[in-house]
Amino acid sequence: MKNKRSLLAIPYVGWMALFVVAPIIMVVIYAFTTADFSVTGENFTRMSTFTVIFTRSFKLAIIATLVCLLIGYPLSYAMAKEGKGFQRVAMLLIMLPMWVNFLLRTYSMMSIMENNGLINQFFAAIGLFDLINHVFGTNIQYFKMIGTQGAVVVGMVYNYLPFMVLPIYSTLIKMDNTLLEAAQDLGADTATVFRKVILPLSLPGILSGVTMVFVPSVSTFAISRLLGGGIQMLLGDLIEQQFLGGAYNPHLGSAIALVMMVIVVACMWVMNRFGEGEEQAVML
Amino acid sequence: MKKLTALTLACTLAASLSLTACSVERVDDSGNSGNNTSTDGNRVLNVCNWGEYIDESLITKFEEQTGIKVNYQTAESNESLYSLLKTGGANYDVICPSDYMISQLIEEDMLQPLNYDNIPNYEKIGDEFKGLAFDPENKYTVPYTWGTLGIIYNKTMVDGEITSWSSLYDDANKGNVLLINNSRDAFGNALIYLGYSVNTTNETEIREAYELIADAAKRGIFQGKVMDEVFNKMEQGNAAIATYYAGDYLTMYENNPDLAYVLPEEGANWFVDAWCILKNAQHTSEAEEWINFLASTDSSLANMDYIWYASPNTEALEKYPEYYKETYGEELDMELYNIMAPSTDVLKKCENYVVLPEETRTLYNDLWIQLGL
Repeated sequence: MKNKRSLLAIPYVGWMALFVVAPIIMVVIYAFTTADFSVTGENFTRMSTFTVIFTRSFKLAIIATLVCLLIGYPLSYAMAKEGKGFQRVAMLLIMLPMWVNFLLRTYSMMSIMENNGLINQFFAAIGLFDLINHVFGTNIQYFKMIGTQGAVVVGMVYNYLPFMVLPIYSTLIKMDNTLLEAAQDLGADTATVFRKVILPLSLPGILSGVTMVFVPSVSTFAISRLLGGGIQMLLGDLIEQQFLGGAYNPHLGSAIALVMMVIVVACMWVMNRFGEGEEQAVML
Repeated sequence: MKKLTALTLACTLAASLSLTACSVERVDDSGNSGNNTSTDGNRVLNVCNWGEYIDESLITKFEEQTGIKVNYQTAESNESLYSLLKTGGANYDVICPSDYMISQLIEEDMLQPLNYDNIPNYEKIGDEFKGLAFDPENKYTVPYTWGTLGIIYNKTMVDGEITSWSSLYDDANKGNVLLINNSRDAFGNALIYLGYSVNTTNETEIREAYELIADAAKRGIFQGKVMDEVFNKMEQGNAAIATYYAGDYLTMYENNPDLAYVLPEEGANWFVDAWCILKNAQHTSEAEEWINFLASTDSSLANMDYIWYASPNTEALEKYPEYYKETYGEELDMELYNIMAPSTDVLKKCENYVVLPEETRTLYNDLWIQLGL
């Protein structure tokens, strides 16, 4: 009986084998070979050159994840507590941007944050720059946003915030209200209820949210190229450069991708230790 | 369950492997049948060109005239085209790379010599576009477009006129310069400014060019590294100076007349994009018809009008101002025409790219990454 039902998993297992497992095997093969496919570890010896890029990518991804968490948690909490109407509107507002293609959204963020973009035009129109120049004796025409690391973080938060909100919201909404009442009956104040009951119970949601924001952030290349100006490379740019850049070197590119994957998996593993026993924690 | 999973995994892996094997066989099959059926109705041609690089009505016209079904695809850059060809993910017959990529493809034996008897319109191509460094004996290519890579700047955002590449590295334009996001062009500009050849393989010279760019980057001169984003940024006045192709400048100029184009006094790079047929092409005769069709004066005129890149067809170059007048009922601005198709005197100051040895390509790539650290 059990075996028969597991037959249903075949399409999924086949899909995963073809599009997840096989590519990973290919990445590993490429990473450990040279252009004529003789085995080598040479691709990894160059990795230390890229330390700066690794550090920068992980730093920006961690900041973006934290910001998402700080914005996302209170929002999810409010949504779970408020009535159906608020939930519906909030959910719509969160989902709506996701119906638009990711690249298009990032392009429009670009024109919003340009030196001559919407934000700066707005500031100029309300006379903010005149005021600043008058008070501080400076001569600025715009705030520089595009091409900074801040712009990259904003882009990441904007694009990936829904992935933080949705899992947290779904753990919070499923939470058994009687547990909260029991805690209150036993004399816990609001802060204690949150700390001892709500937060631990929502941990699985937080963990999957963090994973779902952190992983795409650390490997993005479109956001850094469009909003960061590409002057300072991120890991995604570096890997793309090996495949589509002047020197075609998929072996080095695979090696970098492999190192990145290992680090990400290690991070996720450490993080999931915090949530041990919470079986719902999703490990991507 | 475990066994089942393992079995499925093994099967899919085997299937995917045999699939690749099959597709290789299929290539051979249809290759043969392609040649056999070239006289009946099922003729197909796989074309790969740059985006926005053809008057699309020409494709329909070609299909109607010849009955050949065109699978038209586009690539983003020479490098991504090369990567597509290398990974075997593409089965194009005819492609349109730029000069230096053509010489690399020739070097790697990926192109087939053309039979110019089947391409009579080749005669109309001007001599100055034949036998260039990338294909010295002219065995593999029929030029499609040509132009220059110069400086585009916003007259309202820069003091005075720009005449030199030095403006790209000048503190006066801090935060307002867009670096072209392609190591060959970015280093090429710096090399010209320093008075070296764009095709130099001398490591000291290339490193000097790198230092020039890296130093400017450190001083915050560059706003970003861009390719197609340049349109938006320049048209809306978000940056003052960029380097890009003459044909694209004309498109930007239509949307923002404050923009000017200049070929700096130190010289510049001029490029030729040309049609070539891949060695393993399955539809050679269709590809020849395609190349011949596009080299004709009518097609060249339509293309020039649409994409703003100059054609190497001498007749079309001569007729274009007249064609413009007939089509739009007004005189063509000769200043713009000279930007699109500069005279041979101007071209003499400019240099073509040829392929660099692998060592130098690796150096370019390493330095380019170092720039992004």
